[in-house]
Amino acid sequence: MSDTPDLATGNLEAPTTEAPPESAAQPSPTARQRREVHDAWVAGTEEPAWVREATDEGAQELLPEADDPAASSQRGIVVADDYVVEDDVDEEERQIINMGPQHPSTHGVLRLHLELEGEKIHRVKPIIGYLHTGMEKTAETLTYLQGGTNVTRMDYLSPFHNELVYSLAVEQLLGIDVPPRAEAIRILMTELNRIASHLVWIATQGMDVGAISMMLYGWRERELCLDFFEKVTGLRMNHNYVRPGGVAADLPDGWEDDVEVILTRIPAALAEYEEILNANPIFLDRTQGVGVITPEECRAFGVTGANARASGVDWDLRKAFPYSGIDRYDFDVPLGTHGDVYDRWLVRLEEIRQSLRIVSQVLATMPAGDYRTDDRKVTPPPRKRIDESMEALIHHFKLFTEGFKVPEGEVYQAVESPRGELGVYLVSNGGARPWRLHMRTPSFAHVQALPVMMTDSLVADIVATLASVDPVLGDVDR
Amino acid sequence: MTGWETLLTAAIKVAVAFALLLSLTIVLVWFERKIVADMQNRLGPTRAGPYGMLQTVADGVKLLFKESVTPRRVEFALYIAAPIAALVPALLIFLVIPIGRPFTLGDRVIDLAGTDLNVAVLYVLALSSLAVYAVVLAGWSSGSKYPLLGAVRASAQMISYEAAMGLALVPVILFTGTTSIRAIVDAQAGEFLSFLGIWNIVLVPSFLIFFIAGVAETNRAPFDLVEAESEIVGGYHTEYSGFRFALFFLAEYINIFNISALTTTLFLGGWHGPTFGAPEWLAWVFPIVWFFVKTVALVFVFVWIRASLPRMRYDQLMQFGWKRLIPLTLVWIILSTVAIGFRRFGAPWG
Repeated sequence: MSDTPDLATGNLEAPTTEAPPESAAQPSPTARQRREVHDAWVAGTEEPAWVREATDEGAQELLPEADDPAASSQRGIVVADDYVVEDDVDEEERQIINMGPQHPSTHGVLRLHLELEGEKIHRVKPIIGYLHTGMEKTAETLTYLQGGTNVTRMDYLSPFHNELVYSLAVEQLLGIDVPPRAEAIRILMTELNRIASHLVWIATQGMDVGAISMMLYGWRERELCLDFFEKVTGLRMNHNYVRPGGVAADLPDGWEDDVEVILTRIPAALAEYEEILNANPIFLDRTQGVGVITPEECRAFGVTGANARASGVDWDLRKAFPYSGIDRYDFDVPLGTHGDVYDRWLVRLEEIRQSLRIVSQVLATMPAGDYRTDDRKVTPPPRKRIDESMEALIHHFKLFTEGFKVPEGEVYQAVESPRGELGVYLVSNGGARPWRLHMRTPSFAHVQALPVMMTDSLVADIVATLASVDPVLGDVDR
Repeated sequence: MTGWETLLTAAIKVAVAFALLLSLTIVLVWFERKIVADMQNRLGPTRAGPYGMLQTVADGVKLLFKESVTPRRVEFALYIAAPIAALVPALLIFLVIPIGRPFTLGDRVIDLAGTDLNVAVLYVLALSSLAVYAVVLAGWSSGSKYPLLGAVRASAQMISYEAAMGLALVPVILFTGTTSIRAIVDAQAGEFLSFLGIWNIVLVPSFLIFFIAGVAETNRAPFDLVEAESEIVGGYHTEYSGFRFALFFLAEYINIFNISALTTTLFLGGWHGPTFGAPEWLAWVFPIVWFFVKTVALVFVFVWIRASLPRMRYDQLMQFGWKRLIPLTLVWIILSTVAIGFRRFGAPWG
């Protein structure tokens, strides 16, 4: 044994020569068995016989710590409030299927742990975390101005909503107002983003029930929106366009024409979608009465957005807690009655129409003026001023190095994202970076409600239901 | 004809049929991809060859050179046998389908069909039921769960629709009074509106049921839940790769062609069509052209359906098969039997 002092613990004395405890020296039987399996796998030979006896899956034996109740709960092996179909089918008759994380229709890397009897679902356990990248923690190391680049990557199908909710929270802590034009631009971009997001949803919903052409059609119309986003922000996704204090840049010249094209082309496309699927008997069979969730269950599980509205819960944050001046525009909140996949389909189609209504009103009433606040502590000065004013140069330099300081306090701000209530809880300790940022993401709440909708259905319904809930895994895991 | 000549003719016919089916598959895959792409506002294959026509060749060559991965838990003998079991019946069915009218070479009359059986219709039904074995064997021997689900779906689906398919042919057999495919084609010859034969398509319900059951037999959309990608990944061929997968793929497309060719033969007059008064040395070309035109039109319907319809669910598929299709077929058999009886023996009141 070497007598190198242990610098990490500060113990500069020579380490003791005492033998390690017996238990650590001898690998536990489980560990040895694991080793056997591993060696057999590497050598390409048959596994030891006990493995096959243990499970019908072969080398899938549990980790030694799986017996620990806390760990089991954490890893989804034991779920306290489980939805299980009660009947007298023998345990032996059931099989476990891991749908995902690598599966064509789990919308990213969701893993569904299915307990099947034939094709019938006995139990569903959504298992998440495959896309967790610690973005909420990352936010603590970024200044408030940089934070937008971070949050925009969470729900990658509705980046503008993420930026908007983050900016609204920061502005609330700062106590600043943004000019009317900035508010109108924000509404324009977020509502167009809702349309783009719902179009992706239409595409994938069609794809997952087997209407393969629907996917291309949805993508085709979404391209109109993305082209417009690219023109305005320079990027198709992850724009970092909505920022604390306003938006990054004014709308480009001729933006009205592009919006005009969107306003004419998308309603025509929606009519086509309705023609191809709305009355299609196969589509009706696949979606009606499938994946039902009641209004009570919606409230209990925190299901919001179009999914809750399809069940008849009249709850839209644009009406309940209007943000960014959305109450100036006239629109309806479509409601469903059955809470099944088909109602979600209808509600989302109608939401696209309502968003188009808002967009056309924004187009008609876009106020003139500044696109960001003139508070020099928050927004950089115009380029021209930097050349002539020392203070402007200092402001510019400080803003992009140190960032602006936000008064101490905490705030919860929510907007209606295409998926539902997207909230941000922001705590500031008076510095230039958030002390804590937490996103209340709708997809996360919706994924936990999946067992309610999926239990006691068929494998094919799993796919249809999952698509109809419209989870974005970046939004679930952050 | 001497024995040697018979043998030689048969050998040539088999070789031609085999080559024809393989090259047709290449064209059909390209055809399907182009048509679907067009319906979906895409371009489809454009790179390999003119209009991307060689794309399938490139894909095929790629598959041949790929490693055939064998998972460790397979039942090896059955796992290997399954793709062969899929391909062989598909190839055999084609042998009884006449693709043109017989032509004379010297003093010999040569049928443009592999052979002519007097029970050809039963032969076709028997072979198409064999196809289910390939799917079930593949799914079961893979030793994996998604293929197993696919195999369970396949066994239920293909057996159910086999029944509807067989029943749909009963009126055809009664109408033409034969189970020989050549005789059925001959029965559809005739002069109607100066060139049209009286095709069996007058038995419209039979035609529709046979075609629907055919789509289900070949596991194509909207009955493709045997290999539903969005649900059970690849279905029964999830664990197959390389050449073995290519065999399944080949079998699927040959089956599509077979069902279309059979529908053409049994209902759309086979190779019959106008020859526009062409001279005798040229007249044998028209039947072949007519046969392929009709068949490809039906293949187009396959593709069209695939591009437009969502997939059915397992229980709905069974309901559709047993509660709608088969009762309908039975009612139709009774009705058509009465009608055919009247036609042949005269109405009792007449």
